[in-house]
Amino acid sequence: MAKSRAFDVRRQTGFVPIALLCFLVLYLPIILLVVYSFNKGESIAIWEGFSWQWYVKAWQNEKVQDATILSLIIATSASLIATSAAVMAALATTRTRGFRGYTFVFALINQPLMIPEIVTAVALLIFFAMIKVATGYTGLMYLIIAHSAFCIPFAYMPIRARLQGMDLNLEQAGADLYGTPWRVFRRVTLPQLWPGVLAGSMLAFVISLDDVVITEFVKSAGQDTLPTYMLGQMRRVITPEVNAISTALLAISVALVIAFYLLSKGGTQTNRE
Amino acid sequence: MIEISGLSKTFGLGANAFTALDDINVEIRQNEFFTLLGPSGCGKTTLLRSIAGFVDPTSGSLTIEGQDVLPLPPYARPVNTVFQNYALFPHMTVAQNIGFGLEMQDRPKAEIKQVVGEMLELVQMAPMADRMTSQISGGQQQRVALARALAPRPKVLLLDEPLSALDFKLRKEMQIELKRLQSETGITFVFVTHDQEEALTMSDRIAVMSSGRILQIGGPKDIYDHPAERFVADFIGDTNFLEATLQSVAGEVATVTLPSGKTVAARAVQGGGQSGAVTLAVRPEHAVLTKESGLLDGVLENIVYFGTDTHYHITLDGGSAFVVRKQNQPNTGEGFEVGDKVGVSFEAGVGQVLRD
Repeated sequence: MAKSRAFDVRRQTGFVPIALLCFLVLYLPIILLVVYSFNKGESIAIWEGFSWQWYVKAWQNEKVQDATILSLIIATSASLIATSAAVMAALATTRTRGFRGYTFVFALINQPLMIPEIVTAVALLIFFAMIKVATGYTGLMYLIIAHSAFCIPFAYMPIRARLQGMDLNLEQAGADLYGTPWRVFRRVTLPQLWPGVLAGSMLAFVISLDDVVITEFVKSAGQDTLPTYMLGQMRRVITPEVNAISTALLAISVALVIAFYLLSKGGTQTNRE
Repeated sequence: MIEISGLSKTFGLGANAFTALDDINVEIRQNEFFTLLGPSGCGKTTLLRSIAGFVDPTSGSLTIEGQDVLPLPPYARPVNTVFQNYALFPHMTVAQNIGFGLEMQDRPKAEIKQVVGEMLELVQMAPMADRMTSQISGGQQQRVALARALAPRPKVLLLDEPLSALDFKLRKEMQIELKRLQSETGITFVFVTHDQEEALTMSDRIAVMSSGRILQIGGPKDIYDHPAERFVADFIGDTNFLEATLQSVAGEVATVTLPSGKTVAARAVQGGGQSGAVTLAVRPEHAVLTKESGLLDGVLENIVYFGTDTHYHITLDGGSAFVVRKQNQPNTGEGFEVGDKVGVSFEAGVGQVLRD
């Protein structure tokens, strides 16, 4: 295929070295982080031998435990709320006739992707402060609402992609066969949509689990999630305990990303057995 | 059964408006195999989807057994559709697909099971009941789509070019199969196709459509032998068009003068004029070729052999072209050669005067 070879990017001078360099910059620090999480000593830069001790320490650290539980509660709630909202938003933007201001609505849904996070964080801080003054409530709901909000676009994308790829005739066939709109949604649309819903909720979960900026601004006293706890630790003494927690988070993220990949891949074959 | 009157559908507004259906009037009878035939974009699918409830007509009325169905959503109409791409539910088995309509009607489980069993037998798919729909062939998917639409016993079955995705041989089989199912179930079939041969072989009646209008409704033989308009004559089969002069009309018999000056009796068209210039349609196989002078005379330009028959291309005196088709018989040298002076004749009543 001499013709296509002319456009082969791999034939461009320096392509391979540049690609390798990029991967190195991306992954070398992460590899080092993982390696030093097994360090025997207190340093995150001087290797003193292998040990599991920082994992044990992190596991036994009550503050880490509390932060982990809080992170999971917030991520799970936010993921559920964001996914439900995203399903509705995706249905509204793919299963209705084009309406006035469609582009505007689309932009609104994806707003958190485009507005600088620090702006959202400050805005939420001020807004919630007003509510706090008015109601006196200082519970978890602020964090859950904030996380749900910025997770919506992440949940929305895979669900919308899935809906757009779906055969509209299927829903019409359902309606033609005496299915009311709700029953068609339950029996035809939702089963088809399921891989997208799962993928979207997992993406939202990871995004929420990872968030620092908005959490840091919105959280009340004592409400530390894992990332904000780690940030707090970094200000004092850095030990490989932070590496250990990071590595654990990394493992969870990688597992979810792999699951996400498998699900979206399985989604192209419309059939499961 | 189905009465449609004054039905129109316009998509878009203002300068972008597109009239998909233009004042459709048709009555489809009980237990009829009714075909909507026309080229793509003629409005036949829009009409079918209006009956199903997926298209909201701009004006007009549509009743099924006397009931006005236009206000009803698709799921409340007593019709089922076989979709062009079948639209089988990929997350369900063959049996679940067939039972879906009954399930949505909240029929008892035992009844669903029984009807699904009967339907599987009817379309000869019983051994495949538990397969997923992606594990069966195109022809089998077609049968499942049919069974799924027939299972709830609709008053009307709508078929949207259901055979177009099948290969030639399978299509022939399914044509016979569809006719059998229609007579066995006694359900009214409304069938959409752009394939004139399919329409002629399967239909009780055909409505020929073009640009959102129904041009002619009639039985296959009626439509083929007596097309009322040039479009119908041209779209269905091959036709010779002759510029002729109408002398007089008496009932169904029109007397026309051909370009050769000879006069012949032809069939008059409903709603046509009483005299003046008209177009006369003559099917190639309805005309005969002679060595002697005929109704029309000309020169044989080309002979094309088709196996079952032979086409003789003639240039008539005056310059227009004419084709005569003759079925081939064993061992008969016809004796015509390119360049021969020949005569073309057809019997009285064979030519059809067209409405212009």
